[in-house]
Amino acid sequence: MQPKQSIAATDKDVKIVSLISVGKHPQSGRVRRADQDSRAVELGMKLLDTGDSTRGDSLVVLHAGDPKEPGLRGYAGMGLNSVRVLELDPAADAVAPLGEYLQQFAPDIVLTGVRAEGGESSGMVPYQLAEKLGWPIVPRVADIISVEAGVAEVLQALPRGQRRSLKIRLPFIASIDSAAQDARQSAYGPASRAMMDIEVVDSSTDQLRESWSEAPAKKRPKRLKVIKAKTAAERFKAATAKSQGEGGKVMQNESAAEQAQAIFDLLLEEGVLR
Amino acid sequence: MTDQNSFDVLRRDPRAERIIRNRLHPLHDTYINTGAGGELTEVRGPSGLLRKNPHNVGFIGPNGIKRIDRLKGNAAASGKGRRSSAAQETLLPLHQVENPDFYVVVVPDMVGGRLTGQDKDVIGQAHKLAAGIEGNGAVLAVCFGQSKEEHFDTAGVDRLLLLDDEGYEGYCPEQRLAALVQVESAYKPPFWLFPDSVDGGSDLGSRLAARIGERPAAQAWQVNNQTSICRGAAGTIDITRTTPRLLLLAQECADQIDETRHEALPVELGSVPTVIAKLQDQGQVAVDPNAISLAEAEFILAAGNGIHNWDQFHTAASVLGATEGASRVAVDDGFMPRVRQVGATGTWVTARVYLAVGISGAIQHMQGIGQCDKVIAINTDAGCDMVKRAALSTIGDSQEILDELMKLVQQFRTQQSEGGDQDAA
Ligand SMILES: Cc1cc2nc3c(=O)[nH]c(=O)nc-3n(C[C@H](O)[C@H](O)[C@H](O)COP(=O)(O)OP(=O)(O)OC[C@H]3O[C@@H](n4cnc5c(N)ncnc54)[C@H](O)[C@@H]3O)c2cc1C
Repeated sequence: MQPKQSIAATDKDVKIVSLISVGKHPQSGRVRRADQDSRAVELGMKLLDTGDSTRGDSLVVLHAGDPKEPGLRGYAGMGLNSVRVLELDPAADAVAPLGEYLQQFAPDIVLTGVRAEGGESSGMVPYQLAEKLGWPIVPRVADIISVEAGVAEVLQALPRGQRRSLKIRLPFIASIDSAAQDARQSAYGPASRAMMDIEVVDSSTDQLRESWSEAPAKKRPKRLKVIKAKTAAERFKAATAKSQGEGGKVMQNESAAEQAQAIFDLLLEEGVLR
Repeated sequence: MTDQNSFDVLRRDPRAERIIRNRLHPLHDTYINTGAGGELTEVRGPSGLLRKNPHNVGFIGPNGIKRIDRLKGNAAASGKGRRSSAAQETLLPLHQVENPDFYVVVVPDMVGGRLTGQDKDVIGQAHKLAAGIEGNGAVLAVCFGQSKEEHFDTAGVDRLLLLDDEGYEGYCPEQRLAALVQVESAYKPPFWLFPDSVDGGSDLGSRLAARIGERPAAQAWQVNNQTSICRGAAGTIDITRTTPRLLLLAQECADQIDETRHEALPVELGSVPTVIAKLQDQGQVAVDPNAISLAEAEFILAAGNGIHNWDQFHTAASVLGATEGASRVAVDDGFMPRVRQVGATGTWVTARVYLAVGISGAIQHMQGIGQCDKVIAINTDAGCDMVKRAALSTIGDSQEILDELMKLVQQFRTQQSEGGDQDAA
C-alpha cells in the first residue's frame, strides 16, 4: 500500500538536513538514538535513494551539542559517512546556532522529530526555526511522497490512524511523527567509523531554564467521579442507580428504508462518511 | 433546603393524610377529590348518586404508566411529588461577567465540531487562572470551523469567538494563526491556553508561541498563577517553572466547570488579513480502515450474533469505510478473527461512532465501548441493553437495514464523485 517515494528527475538537486538529538529509552533511561529523529534520518535517506548517480542530492545529519555523546553514534550506524556537530554547551540554547547554520546552508527540506526525548521536550525547536527562517512547517509528517518542481507532497499523520495529504513549497521544515517508517538498524562498525564533523559555535546559556527545577515524574492522580449530592436521597440514588444513557431515539415501526435513512443522516452529521 | 429539593424527596404531609382518612372531616372533599388533572373525581349526579370519574383516578407514574393509588390517598401526596421530579430540569446558576477587565483566551480543538473532554478541562483551568488575577475576568473561547456544540454555556465559556468562515475550514494553521495574532493585539490576554493534543491544539499553540516570542509550558498538568508543573523528557520528568503566558495543557489538568452556567456571548473580531498559505490541504487520504488498529479506529461497524449474512457485513464495512469489530459470540463461532473482538476480553475501543449490528449488549461487551460517543444499534429486540445505550436504535432485521444503508451510501458516493468532477471541470 505504501506509495514509492520519488524525487522527480527533473528537479534540481535537493539538499536535506536532518536534525538529531540524543534520545533516552523511556523505560531504562539508557542513552540511544531518539526514535522520531532516527525515523527522520531514515526518511531523508530513503528520499535520496533515487538510484540515479548523476544527481547531487545530499543529506546532512546535524546535531547541536556535545560531539562526544555516545547516542550520536547510533545515527551514524545507519550508514552515514559523517555527522555534522555544532559544538556547544549542552545547557545552551540550540535554536540560535541551528538557525544561523540553516540560513547559511540553505537546505530545501529540514527534518526533525516531533518532540525530543530529553529536556523540556516541548517540541518548539522546529517552530522556532520556522519562525526564524520564515519557512512553513508541517508537523507530524508520516511520509514525504514526492518532490517535484519545487513542491513536495507530504502525508501528515492524524489521530486515529488517518492521513492527510498536503502540498508544500520548498524550502520547509517537517517534524516526523512516530507513524513514519521505522528506522533501519544501526550497525556498530559503521557507527564507530563515521566521522564527526565538528564546528565550534558560540552560544548563550538558557537563562530561563536555570530557574526551573526538575524531578522524576510523579504519578498523576486519576480523576475520580465525584458525586455532588446535597441530600442523602440523592447520594443513595447516585450510588444505586444504573447509569442510563441519555435515552436515545428508538425507531420501531418505520420501514427499513426510513431507518437506514436515519442512520445515514447521523453518520453524515458525525462526518465519518468520507 | 431549596425549593427544588422538595420535589425529589418524599415529603409526607401527616395532616393531609389524616384528613384523607377521615371522611367526616370538613376538608375531606378538597383533599380527596383532586385527581390527575385537578378535576373532581367524585361528584354528586343530578339524582343525588355519587358518581366517580375513573379517568381522573390515579396519576401517571415516573415511567409513563398510570398508577392507581390503593393506599386510599395516603401516598397521594408523594406520588404527585415524584411525578414532578421527573420533569424537573436543574438550571445551574448563571455566572455573568459584565464589562470584563481582561480575557483569558482558550483555543479548543473542537474535534468533529464539539468540545472534547480535554477542551473542557482547559476551560476549567482558564477559570482558575482568571480567578487568580485581580479584577473581572472572562474566559474567551476562540473556535475555528463549523461548530456543532450546544453546551458552550455549561462548559464555562463566557465569551465565544466563532470563526467559521470558509477560510478556516480544513487544515489552515497559517490562517488560524493570523486570526490568533489579531486576537492577541485586540485583547492582550494575560493567558493563552491550548490543549496539548494531537488534534491540533499543540500545533496551533506552538505556532503562536513562536510568533509572539513566548516560551510555552508544554504538557502542563498542574498550573496556578505562579508556578506550573509540566511533563518533560517524553513524560519521564516533572519540570516546575514559573507560569508563562502561553500554556499547552495536558489532559485532566483541572476540573471541568459543572456548577455554573455561563453566558457564551458571541464576540466579533475585526477583519483578519488573508494569508497566502504555503501549505495546501489536499484533503484526507483514504486509508484502509482495517489497517487501523481497532483501539484507535474512529468509526466501527461491529457484528454480533444477529448477523447471518457475513458476506454482506464485510461489504457493508467496506462501503461505509468502517473498521470491523465483533462481539465475542461472533468471534467464538469463527466468523471473525480474535483481534476484532470488542469488549472486556477483547479490545477497548474509543470510536466516535459505533454501529452495533445484532449485538445484545452484554456487560462484557459494553465495557469495551464505554468511551464511544455515539452508539447506533440495529437489533430485532427493542428491549436489549444495546438499545438502551444507543443514541439511535433501529428495530428490525439487520440484513434489510444494512442493505438499505449501503444503497444510500453508494448513492451518496456517486453523487459526491459527480460533484467533484463538476468542480474540477
Ligand atoms: C468472562 C467473559 C468474558 C466475556 N468477554 C466478552 C467480550 O470481551 N466481548 C464480548 O462481546 N462478549 C464477551 N463475553 C460474552 C458476552 O457475555 C455475551 O455472550 C456476548 O457479548 C453476546 O454477544 P452478542 O450480543 O453478539 O450475541 P447475543 O447475545 O446472542 O445477541 C444477539 C443479538 O442480535 C439480535 N438479532 C438476532 N437476529 C437479528 C437480526 N436478524 N437482525 C438484527 N438483530 C438480530 C438479537 O435480538 C440479540 O440482541 C464474555 C463473557 C464472559 C463470561
